[in-house]
Amino acid sequence: MSISDISLVDWSRAQFALTSIYHWLFVPLTLGLSFIMAIMESIYVKTGNEEWRKTTKFWMKLFGINFAIGAATGIILEFEFGTNWSNYSWIVGDVFGAPLAIEGILAFFLESTFIVLMFFGWNKVGKKTHLLSTWLVTIGSILSSWWILVANAWMNDPVGMQFNPDTARCEMVNFWQVAFSPFAIHKFWHTITSAYVVAALFVVGVSSWYLIKKRHESFAKKSILVGAIFGFVATMLVTVSGDTSTFQVAHKQPVKLAAMEGLFIGKTRAPIIALAVLRPNVPISDTVNHFIFKMEMPGMLSKLGYRDKNAFVPGIYDLVYGNQYQGIEPVFKRMERGTIAMIALNKYKEAKEDNDTSEMRLSLAEFRTNYPDLGYAYLDKPEDVVPNIPITFYSFHLMVGLGFYFVILLLVILFFLWRKTLIKRKLILWLAVLTIPLGYIATELGWIVAEVGRQPWAIQDLLTVSKATSHLSTLSVQITFILFAILFTVLFLADIRILLKQIKNGPKE
Amino acid sequence: MFETMTLAALQQYWWIIISLIGAILVFLMFVQGGQTLLFQVAKTEDERTLVVNALGRKWELTFTTLVTFGGAFFASFPLFYATSFGGAYWVWTIILFGFIAQAVSYEYRKKQGNVLGTKVYEFFQIANGFFASFFIGIIVSSFFTGSYFLVDKFNLSAWMAGSYGLELMFNTQNISLGFAIFCLTRVTGAMFLMKYIENKEISERSANQILINGLCFVLFFLLFLGILITKDGFAIDPNTGKMYMEPLKYLHNFMQMPAILAIFLLGVLLVIFGIFKGGIQKSSTAFWITIFGVIPVVFSLFIIAGLNNTAFYPSTYNLESSLTIYNASSSKYTLTIMSYVSLFIPVVLAYIWYIWRVMAKKKINKEELEDTGHIY
Ligand code: HEM
Repeated sequence: MSISDISLVDWSRAQFALTSIYHWLFVPLTLGLSFIMAIMESIYVKTGNEEWRKTTKFWMKLFGINFAIGAATGIILEFEFGTNWSNYSWIVGDVFGAPLAIEGILAFFLESTFIVLMFFGWNKVGKKTHLLSTWLVTIGSILSSWWILVANAWMNDPVGMQFNPDTARCEMVNFWQVAFSPFAIHKFWHTITSAYVVAALFVVGVSSWYLIKKRHESFAKKSILVGAIFGFVATMLVTVSGDTSTFQVAHKQPVKLAAMEGLFIGKTRAPIIALAVLRPNVPISDTVNHFIFKMEMPGMLSKLGYRDKNAFVPGIYDLVYGNQYQGIEPVFKRMERGTIAMIALNKYKEAKEDNDTSEMRLSLAEFRTNYPDLGYAYLDKPEDVVPNIPITFYSFHLMVGLGFYFVILLLVILFFLWRKTLIKRKLILWLAVLTIPLGYIATELGWIVAEVGRQPWAIQDLLTVSKATSHLSTLSVQITFILFAILFTVLFLADIRILLKQIKNGPKE
Repeated sequence: MFETMTLAALQQYWWIIISLIGAILVFLMFVQGGQTLLFQVAKTEDERTLVVNALGRKWELTFTTLVTFGGAFFASFPLFYATSFGGAYWVWTIILFGFIAQAVSYEYRKKQGNVLGTKVYEFFQIANGFFASFFIGIIVSSFFTGSYFLVDKFNLSAWMAGSYGLELMFNTQNISLGFAIFCLTRVTGAMFLMKYIENKEISERSANQILINGLCFVLFFLLFLGILITKDGFAIDPNTGKMYMEPLKYLHNFMQMPAILAIFLLGVLLVIFGIFKGGIQKSSTAFWITIFGVIPVVFSLFIIAGLNNTAFYPSTYNLESSLTIYNASSSKYTLTIMSYVSLFIPVVLAYIWYIWRVMAKKKINKEELEDTGHIY
C-alpha cells in the first residue's frame, strides 16, 4: 500500500474529525461551567447564603457528568497523533510533543486532582480550601486549553523551529516563540471565550426553562444572572478575539481567509459578505461570478485583515495562479522549489552515507534555500492548496452570524433582568432555551473553519495530511472509525439523556 | 543547569523519567485491578457501590498519569510514539477503548437515563481493568522481545505485520508479563479496597483475592523473568552504534548495573512481603508495602530495557531499525526544555499526596458516602 493512498488519508482524517467533533461537544461546557461554578461558589463563601451553595452544587453535578466524557474523548485525540498520524509524530514530534507533555504535567493533573476535592471534599475541608480547589480546577482547565491550543496553533503557524536534514524532522529552536506565538494567543482567546459563551448559553437556557415551568425560581434567577453577565462579557470577547484571529489568518494563511470570505479574485477595498449563496461546482480558475446572490460590505475585509480599508486582499485565483502586480507567486513555482528541496534532501542523505562531504555541503545549501516550500513537493497540482470553499465559507458566516445573535440575545436578557420583568417574557425565555444548541453549533463551526480551512496542510506549507498518516491498512482504520462512531454516539446519547434527567429533577431542595 | 548536560546524558535522564512515570502508572493501575474484582469482592448492590466509589475517587489519577505518560513519551522519544502507536495499532486501540469506557462508567453507572444500564457500565469497568493491565504488560514485554517494524532513512516507520500488534500476543514472554501485570493490579486493587473501605465482608474477600492473585502474579512473573535473564538481548555496540544480539544481555544489564539489581530485588521482596501481609495477615499496611515494591520493580525493568547500550524498542524485522534512547529521542534543545518542565513533577506529586491524605482521613462506608453527597 502506498503511503499517500487517498482513502487511507481520508479515513484517518474522518476518524480524527469524528473524535475532535465529539470531544468539542463536551469540552466547552466543562471549561465554561468550571468558571461559572467557581464564581457561584465565591459568592457563596462571601455571603454565606446556602442558596448559592445549592446552586453551585447543581451545576457541579452537570459538570461532572460532562467532564467524564470530555476526558474520554480527549485521551483518544492525544493518542491518535501516534496511532493514525505516525509520520506526523516523527516529523514534528520534537516541537509538537512538548506542549502535549506540558499540558499533562502542568495542567491536566491540577484539574483532575483537585476535582476530587471539589466533588467529595465539601465536608472534608474548610469552605475556603474547597473554594480554592474549585478555582484550581478552573485554572487547570484554562492552562490545559492553553497548551493544547499552542500545539494546534503551531500547525497553522510553525514558528520557533528549524528542519534538521540529518534527522529529517522539524526541531524546536525557540520554545518561547512556540509557547507564546501570536497565533496561539489569539486562538486561545477566541477558543476559550467561545467555550464560555457555550456554557453561559447553557446555564441561561436551562435556567430559563425553570422560569417558564415556574420551578426552582430563586435558583434559576441566581443562575441566569451569573450566566447572562458572564455570557455577555464572553460574547464581547469572542467577537474581539474573532477579529484579531482574522488578522492572524490574513497574514499566515491567506488561502484560508479567501475561502472563508469567498474572495475568488483579489481586490483592494475587499468586501465582507453579509449574506450570499455560492454557485455550486464552479472551478476556481473560472472567472465567472461564483455567487448566485450576495450582499457585501465594501472595504471591511481589507480593514479586518490588514487594518486598512484600501488594502489589497489576495483572492483564491491570485494565490493559486499568482499575481505579478501584487508580488504573489503562483503555486507551481513553490511546487518546483519544494521538489528541488526534496531532491536535495535525498542527495544529502545519500552523500552522507557515502561520506561525500563536498556533495553533502552542496546539497545542503540547495536544500536550505528551498526548504520553506518543502511541503509543496507533495502536491499533485496547484489547485490542491485550496480547501473546500463552501464548507469553509458557510461555516465561517454562520459562526459570525450566530456570534452577533448571541450578543443581542444576552443584551436583551440583561435588560429584562435589570427591569425585573424577565420572568414574564415567555418568548425571550423560550428563545434562550432554543439557543442552547446554537452555542454548540457556533463553536463546532469555528473549528470547522479553522481545520477544513487549512487543508491540505497538516503543518502549514511543510507537510500535507496525505504525507502525515501512519502506514496502516485502510481496513484497520475503517473498522476503528466505525467502532469509535458507534461508541461515541451511544455515550453521547447517554450523556444527553442523563443531563436532561438531572435538569428535570432540578437542584435538591 | 540542564544546558550543560550532553545530549546522551539528557537522553538517559529522560529514559529515567519515563521509567518513573511508567512505574507510577503501573502502581496506579490498582484502580484497574480493583475494577476487575467488582463482582468477586462485592456480592450485594450496596457493597458494589462502596467498591465503585472507593475506586471512583482515584480513577482520574491513573487516567491522567496515562495521558502524561503518553505526552512525555511523545516529547522525549517521538520515534517510539510514531512507531509503536502507529504500528501496534490494534493493541493501543483496544487499550484506548477500555479507557473511554472507564471514564464514563463511574459517572453514568447509577444515573437515571444512562441508556445502557448499570450492568453494562460495570462491565465497562471490568473490561478496562483487564485490557489495560494485560495489554500494557504485553507492550512493556515487547521492549524485550521486539516487534516487526522497519524504520527508513527518513526515520519514518512502518509496521510489517498485517495484524498491527495483535501478533504480540503469540509470544510466551509477552503473555506472561501481560498476565503478571493483570494479577499484580488485582493484588494492589484488593489491597486498596481492604485499606480504604470499612466493610468486613469486602475485607475478607479482598484478602482471599490478594492470596490467589498474588500466587498467580508470582508464577507469571517468574516465567517472564526466567525467559528474560536467559535470552539474547538487543544490544548496541557503543563504538560503531550498530545493533547486535548479545547472549544473556538482560542478565548482563542487571550485573553491570548493580544498583538497579538491588532496587529490583528489594522491590520483588517488598511485593512478596506485601502479599504475605495482606493475604495471610490481612493487614491493611499491605497496600503501601506492595506499592513501594511495585514502583522499583517496574522502574528497574524499564531501566534494563533502555540503558546500558540496549535497544528499548527492538525490531525483529530489521535489527538496524531498532529504537534506542539515542536514535529515537528529541533534539537536545527540546530535551533541555522538557527537563526544566520535569522539575515540576515533585510539585504535582506533592499535591496529589496532600489530596490523597485528605480523602483518606475517613474510611469509606455508607455514612461517608451520604455525607459527601457525590455518589457514583
Ligand atoms: C462574532 C464574530 C466572530 C469572528 C469574526 C470569528 C472569527 C474566527 C476566525 C477567523 C476563526 C479561524 C481562526 C483560525 O483559523 O485560526 C475562528 C475560529 C473559531 N471560532 Fe470564531 N469568530 C466569531 C464568532 C465566534 C463564536 C460566536 C463562536 C462560538 C461561540 C466562535 C468559535 C470559534 C471556534 C471554536 C474557532 C476555532 C478555534 C480557533 O481557530 O480559534 N467564533 N473564528
